[in-house]
Amino acid sequence: MEQAPPDAPRQLQPAPLEPLGLPDAGLQAAAGEGDEGAREEGPGDGTMTENNFWLKKIEISVSEAEKRTGRNAMNMQETYTAYLIETRSVDHTDGQSVLTDSLWRRYSEFELLRNYLLVYYPHVVVPPLPEKRAEFVWHKLSADNMDPDFVERRRIGLENFLLRVASHPILCRDKIFYLFLTQEGNWKETVNETGFQLKADSRLKALNATFRVKNPDKRFTELKHYSDELQSVISHLLRVRARVADRLYGVYKVHGNYGRVFSEWSAIEKEMGDGLQSAGHHMDVYASSIDDILEDEEHYADQLKEYLFYAEALRAVCRKHELMQYDLEMAAQDLASKKQQCEELATGTVRTFSLKGMTTKLFGQETPEQREARIKVLEEQINEGEQQLKSKNLEGREFVKNAWADIERFKEQKNHDLKEALISYAVMQISMCKKGIQVWTNAKECFSKM
Amino acid sequence: MEGERRAPRARSCGLPAGGAPAPSPGVDAPVPGRSGPPALPRAEVLDLDEDEDDLEVFSKDASLMDMNSFSPMMPTSPLSMINQVKFEDEPDLKDLFITVDEPESHVTTIETFITYRIITKTSRGEFDSSEFEVRRRYQDFLWLKGKLEEAHPTLIIPPLPEKFIVKGMVERFNDDFIETRRKALHKFLNRIADHPTLTFNEDFKVFLTAQAWELSSHKKQGPGLLSRMGQTVRAVAMSMRGVKSRPEEFMEMNNFIEIFSQKINLIDKISQRIYKEEREYSDEMKEYGPIHVLWSASEEDLVDTLKGVASCIDKCCKATEKRMSGLSEALLPVVHEYVLYSEMLMGVMKRRDQIQAELDSKVEALTYKKADTDLLTEEIGKLEDKVECANNALKADWERWKHNMQNDIKSAFTDMAEENIHYYEQCLATWESFLASQTDLHMEETSEDKPESH
Repeated sequence: MEQAPPDAPRQLQPAPLEPLGLPDAGLQAAAGEGDEGAREEGPGDGTMTENNFWLKKIEISVSEAEKRTGRNAMNMQETYTAYLIETRSVDHTDGQSVLTDSLWRRYSEFELLRNYLLVYYPHVVVPPLPEKRAEFVWHKLSADNMDPDFVERRRIGLENFLLRVASHPILCRDKIFYLFLTQEGNWKETVNETGFQLKADSRLKALNATFRVKNPDKRFTELKHYSDELQSVISHLLRVRARVADRLYGVYKVHGNYGRVFSEWSAIEKEMGDGLQSAGHHMDVYASSIDDILEDEEHYADQLKEYLFYAEALRAVCRKHELMQYDLEMAAQDLASKKQQCEELATGTVRTFSLKGMTTKLFGQETPEQREARIKVLEEQINEGEQQLKSKNLEGREFVKNAWADIERFKEQKNHDLKEALISYAVMQISMCKKGIQVWTNAKECFSKM
Repeated sequence: MEGERRAPRARSCGLPAGGAPAPSPGVDAPVPGRSGPPALPRAEVLDLDEDEDDLEVFSKDASLMDMNSFSPMMPTSPLSMINQVKFEDEPDLKDLFITVDEPESHVTTIETFITYRIITKTSRGEFDSSEFEVRRRYQDFLWLKGKLEEAHPTLIIPPLPEKFIVKGMVERFNDDFIETRRKALHKFLNRIADHPTLTFNEDFKVFLTAQAWELSSHKKQGPGLLSRMGQTVRAVAMSMRGVKSRPEEFMEMNNFIEIFSQKINLIDKISQRIYKEEREYSDEMKEYGPIHVLWSASEEDLVDTLKGVASCIDKCCKATEKRMSGLSEALLPVVHEYVLYSEMLMGVMKRRDQIQAELDSKVEALTYKKADTDLLTEEIGKLEDKVECANNALKADWERWKHNMQNDIKSAFTDMAEENIHYYEQCLATWESFLASQTDLHMEETSEDKPESH
């Protein structure tokens, strides 16, 4: 169930935006060969219709990144990158967009936003952030967070995150999210004032639950298993891809040496000189073409990485279910034992061990009044317990229903996105092959003219 | 790649046209301490055209040729002959076919070595039979090369594959090494066969035809070890003197050789490195494809796509292997051969310089010594001839070599480009067909979703 913060009037006015598609939508448009157009992935069939009556749409972009220095919590100087978030409102009728908000945020603020969403929407598969530190790097890529290429890819990743949140039927209505986009100053304080950190389940508690829960919903168990597999296979794939990229880089770049040597050699050749020289030029072109190719591939890797991190989000939902289920089981257990105690007191039989029973045996029977008092307390507790159990059950069922709805939505999104990513990979390979054919055809011509 | 070409008919000292056999130094038994005279011009009758018909005439009437004449019987000077050199591509008039194959290992108490089978087929009269089969080991090839260098110090003798590979050799007899060597030896013999002068060398003939014991006894003839050592010492002494007055064209030649040697060595390194990188790329690709198949096991809706990608990657991997093998057949051996050639060339330049140095020293002696002037003058006369012949032989062979080199390099690199084009075309086809199947599927799916759109 949604636990949206109270201030209803400050909800996000514009509708969940028409998704702009991933930043490399251009590439995907090519991949889809016209039959997909802009990524029309919506939040799922049902929810899209209820937003259609909103007249305006918004566009969100993370358009710039800037290096800044400031002082951190320990008053030490630090360098960090700030990202410019621009929100535009798009008029439905004429498609014109107007800049409505623009502010700077740093990565840690994005993290804060996400942590908040995780606590308040535990049944939602919350979109992941791009990686904090560069992983799966191949040799040319820098693992430095300040490296411009890394910053650029992170900028795109952050934009993607915001678009995902904004196109989620539930998350998009969140006030804190709205404020994130619109209120630069004081936003951190506002978030902290919600006290969400206190509401967060402790990891220890969650871990405990995982081991002790007796009857989790089978679907969630399967989901957890799936998310483990997904994480494992994508990590493996990304690792090997990085190695492949490294090797490919090597092959292309070594050819560049031909260019230099051919050029030097051509100086002493009369008939062969021209051919050698121009062939050498093509070798240079070939060698430098790998840079763009691998940069494109890096975007593909980022798409896969998003789903690698999504696996963790899936696991978070499963954990919440386990926790709730465990809570429920504990409450039921507690209730059952109280009922039993009550029964025993009432009938006078002592079947279960209780301290009171022991002390009674040791120090003599209690008076009927004492017993009555105890029974009364227990009955009250049992009543309360039954109420609680009822509401916990309800909560649990609501949670499962909502979570599963979001998981289905997620599954569709995932299938669509991954398929698109794989197709875009094929498109990249095709482009690489075409470039290769061209360069080598040119080189061959030069060679044959030698 | 056996880009063997018929040698262009160079008419000059030491390179008789047509089928006339060159005098073999073996027969002349070179005087100890001196390298034998290079082969001298045959009776080139000038008014015959230099085209293929002549070749047939010459080869049939070999008996008409004067085989032992020392002095040139040419109406014009050697220099003007060189200017008439033409390099048309001759039609296939090969009359000597050689193959090197079937490496076999032999183990004795002292050593283990490999022999190669050499099959020669020929229609030449001077050969006793039309087909020969012998076995030779690397040492025998070395011997042959030495003899050819002795007999023709300023001709460009084809290079032999190295004795050992310096780096990365674990075992002397691993299969790749043997196969590479076999191919290089095959090339070596065929290059000699195609060379207008060397092809008629007597030692070459012995090498191709003699049985093992015959070869051993033949080897024992000729200058002894001591005399050969003396020769080397003298040669070194000569070269130490340096060449004072190397003619302009040989200065240019030397300059070319130096730079060429540098560049071809670099190209050799680059090509080997490319091969290595491709090998490593291929190895990684082998692991890359299967991961997608593994993934498809947990993704119901993406099975086709994932398996499709896996299959494409596997096919591209195979295409890479093919590209590599093409490279190792077409490019690497050719480039490497020219690395060895460049070393050869430096040796040839040195030998030419030595011959000139001999003359220079005698001339110097004449200017200072007043005694024995007659003898010295006679010697100088002979040496001047020797120098002129050596120079002409080198010049002609140089042109021939350069022409061959250009063709070989051009061929090798064109092949390399072709391999790469083919590789990319294959990969392109694979990915395009995958893409087509995906979009077809998508079209099917979307048309299923909207039946009313039909």
